[in-house]
Amino acid sequence: MAARGCGGAWRRGWQRGRTLPGPAPGPFPRGQRVVACNARGGAVPAGKSGLAPWVPVVGLEIHAQISSNSKLFSGSQVQFAAPPNSLVSFFDASLPGTLPVLNRRCVEAAVMTGLALNCSINKKSLFDRKHYFYADLPAGYQITQQRVPIAVNGSLSYSLCIDNKMSQMVTKTVRIKQIQLEQDSGKSLHDDTRSQTLVDLNRAGVGLMEVVMEPDMCCGEEAAAAVRELQLILQTLGSSQAVMAEGQLRVDANVSVHHPGEPYGVRTEVKNINSIRFLAKAVDYEIQRQIEELENGGTILNETRAFDSKLGCTVPMRDKEGKQDYRFMPEPNLPPLILYDAKSLPANMNHQQVINIDWIHERLPDLPSVKREKLVEQYGILPEHSFALLNEDGLAEFYENVVKQTRMKPKRVIGWVLNDLLSYLKQHSLTVKESPVSSFLLADLLNLLEKKEISSTAAKQVLAELWKGEGKTPLEIVKEQKLQLLQDQKELEQICQAVIDRQENE
Amino acid sequence: QVSAALKEGRVTPMELCQQCLSLIKSTKFLNAYITIAEETALKQAEASEERYKRGQPLGVLDGIPVAVKDNFNTAGIETTCASNMLRGYISPYNATVVQKLLDQGAVLLGKTNLDEFAMGSGSTDGVFGPVRNPWSYSKQYKEKSVPKSHSEDKESNWVITGGSSGGSAAAVSSFTCFAALGSDTGGSTRNPAAHCGVVGLKPTYGLISRHGLIPLVNSMDVPGILTRCVDDAAVVLGSLAGHDPKDSTTIQDNFKPFELPSLTDVSKLSIGIPKEYHAPGLSGEILALWSKAADLFRNAGAKVVEVSLPHTCYSIVCYHVLCTAEVASNMARFDGLEYGHRSDMNESTESMYAATRREGFNDVVRGRILSGNYFLLKQNYEKYFVKAQKVRRLIANDFVKVFQSGVDVLLTPTTLSDAAPYKEFIKEDNRTRSAQNDILTQAANMAGLPAINVPTALSERGLPLGLQFIGRSFQEQQLLTVAKWFEKQVQFPMIQLEEVKRHDHDVFQHEKSASF
Repeated sequence: MAARGCGGAWRRGWQRGRTLPGPAPGPFPRGQRVVACNARGGAVPAGKSGLAPWVPVVGLEIHAQISSNSKLFSGSQVQFAAPPNSLVSFFDASLPGTLPVLNRRCVEAAVMTGLALNCSINKKSLFDRKHYFYADLPAGYQITQQRVPIAVNGSLSYSLCIDNKMSQMVTKTVRIKQIQLEQDSGKSLHDDTRSQTLVDLNRAGVGLMEVVMEPDMCCGEEAAAAVRELQLILQTLGSSQAVMAEGQLRVDANVSVHHPGEPYGVRTEVKNINSIRFLAKAVDYEIQRQIEELENGGTILNETRAFDSKLGCTVPMRDKEGKQDYRFMPEPNLPPLILYDAKSLPANMNHQQVINIDWIHERLPDLPSVKREKLVEQYGILPEHSFALLNEDGLAEFYENVVKQTRMKPKRVIGWVLNDLLSYLKQHSLTVKESPVSSFLLADLLNLLEKKEISSTAAKQVLAELWKGEGKTPLEIVKEQKLQLLQDQKELEQICQAVIDRQENE
Repeated sequence: QVSAALKEGRVTPMELCQQCLSLIKSTKFLNAYITIAEETALKQAEASEERYKRGQPLGVLDGIPVAVKDNFNTAGIETTCASNMLRGYISPYNATVVQKLLDQGAVLLGKTNLDEFAMGSGSTDGVFGPVRNPWSYSKQYKEKSVPKSHSEDKESNWVITGGSSGGSAAAVSSFTCFAALGSDTGGSTRNPAAHCGVVGLKPTYGLISRHGLIPLVNSMDVPGILTRCVDDAAVVLGSLAGHDPKDSTTIQDNFKPFELPSLTDVSKLSIGIPKEYHAPGLSGEILALWSKAADLFRNAGAKVVEVSLPHTCYSIVCYHVLCTAEVASNMARFDGLEYGHRSDMNESTESMYAATRREGFNDVVRGRILSGNYFLLKQNYEKYFVKAQKVRRLIANDFVKVFQSGVDVLLTPTTLSDAAPYKEFIKEDNRTRSAQNDILTQAANMAGLPAINVPTALSERGLPLGLQFIGRSFQEQQLLTVAKWFEKQVQFPMIQLEEVKRHDHDVFQHEKSASF
């Protein structure tokens, strides 16, 4: 799960506890200093260079767009890639005299997410205004939850592979500081050639959940794994589709380094990270940069930096210099958000008007961690396998369908699904849904193998043929290519004898 | 009365509308209106007439000409807030209260003048110029005013309306409409009502929707109602009050419109006289009037007690902090990007914002924005904003305690004196004037309580003096019942205006005040 999410090529250049064997990919600073993470993010003593060890500290601020029909405070629709400024209500455009009205679905999404992350849900939470001027913020302020957010003090468990092998996984936890509801801003496109900025307010006012992860992580891999797990959770809950490419999940990383026993160092904020793979890269680059800087006698500025994916490095962001005072003020047009549970629910309240936390809790779907446990238990597969199954959309379902339709043991099926099927899909950048080989076809093939009508090698050949998607059944292919296993002893003897005879003649 | 007249056919909505429109034209010098929606008003009147012909009027308000303060959004009609920032801005939607009036068949004559963005207590600081108090031209005032020299004409001696809903108050006072909407944040409906001799009602916060009212202080603003008599105010209140899903600060409970009983027995009533309202600068006249009113109640058998609202003296400062903070926030949206004035400056987004705001806002608005931002700075937030919120709670609690002790309604002055001549008024700046004038009205906004100005008597200079009643939260019925009784007792004289006399129609002639 995590290993694959991190991107294989990059990981090869960065090995735990060892210095780089050759030139590092990307503009990593020379003389890689040793940084390693043990179970709780502590440092490992330096290697040959003999310098004092560094402890990197990574925290994350994640913005997840809530999956809802309409925006957080207005009735306009939420839709990706609609014509510019076609989904903007009067309120979204900040027309004077308009007022926010809270969207129930968004609150439910936040409660679900909070429960899934083991948070305490605040039965009373408040809304605030965060003021700053920017073209994509029509009201001159964002409505957010700064004082009392909807959920606090949770945790997220995620797993990593150790030593590049899929066989050993370690579970880590990161504390969730809080989850808050807030508005998304619009989008601005800077057109430097015509010296103008184009503003699209379709996204302005869309509901966001900001999930704040405490600085319990220590490297890019951990950050990536944590985000990946969060993504899976959100997708399972349905509270956010969490597709990073569509901007539904945005991650900012807070990075600092310090020596063990000393106070935390100055941190920088890294933005503009567009994928989980880049997240790991950006974090690791920034850690290295800071270490280099400090070891050369420099200082770290408390600044915001952007990740440049082309160059693989972080650069200072010009327009965020100096500390901003957001002049927080309570949002006077929204009364405190009151949530109920079974105990506190008033008897005569209109069901439409209240949200019952317990009711939501009862209806939470199985979270990824639970699903994985069930897969392991039910099919006898390894934990790593369960991670891999859940890591790919639709793969677990595919696997289960194959298992249902074949007599082959699930433990054997898993290899075919994870190795053969998945690698083929990856090679051709296909999703499980787009697979030319259906679970039915694969099950059919595996049945032939199970019945010993074909060999393992033959099966792979048949599979290769099935990929072409020509509509042939495995049996047809076997017959065509004469791949059947010969069971007849006599026939085998004859063939062997013929081969031996031929050899003797040469 | 006029509603009955419409029903009986003694007058038609079209006639009424045309009369009012022509009166507006002949009283143009009052500068009460910014925009006159002649075409649409006539259309509305026509539709109303149809309904009356069919015997199916929508209600008491059907066909009644009304005016609305220019900080309420009106679809298709310019909404300016008397500011350059919104000059030419045509709203795409109606404020809920406007929609409600229209749904009842009311005829919207136009948008009235105000202080820019409702900041002020004189209706003198808008970009369309100051509003003149109709009483400046009344027989009563002219008789009492001593001309200083022959060359001095009446033009230079006119008095202000008070503010910031001065245009609405003047419109009602000069008979150009039968009811008007104002807004009240620190007294902006009651203050001009007192100066213009009309009834000004500030309802309980949360009773009437603010959706579409361009906000000054979201936590204190309410739509205000200006009419010529208390009964009318009750009727308008009945058509406006109630939960609005578009405004999350309105109460959920159902509101039942009520008819005001004609109280005869006040012996069960307890009237509170808060001693702190004997404010510095209170004129001897008003003090005497206040005392007389208290006696009136006492002699009629009511229990009149002196009470104390000890934190009254802090309310102005507290208001200043909270108001400016909210203003700074609410005005942040005016950047010229989506609507309103946009400066030609285009070197950068920021310079465009800055220029737009400098060009669009007057000094008063800009001053409040700067103060507000100061109070909201991280290092100041606790010291000022949070402190002010705490003081606000104390002020509100003062009222709670007093009402809990058995007092039904408080009786106080509304203003410090009668209307000042414009020339005098502008000698001090807006902030000073607001601080002086808001003191009697402003605490009711802090506490969210309903309050009403009832015109009581004429001053020595022949100008209106009003007194204020403050009631319990959501107890408008009780408040208005008491106000109505009082109104009947004092029999405030009708304004005698040349212009109105010329409109020889029984609707405009009556002994007391006009009523629906």
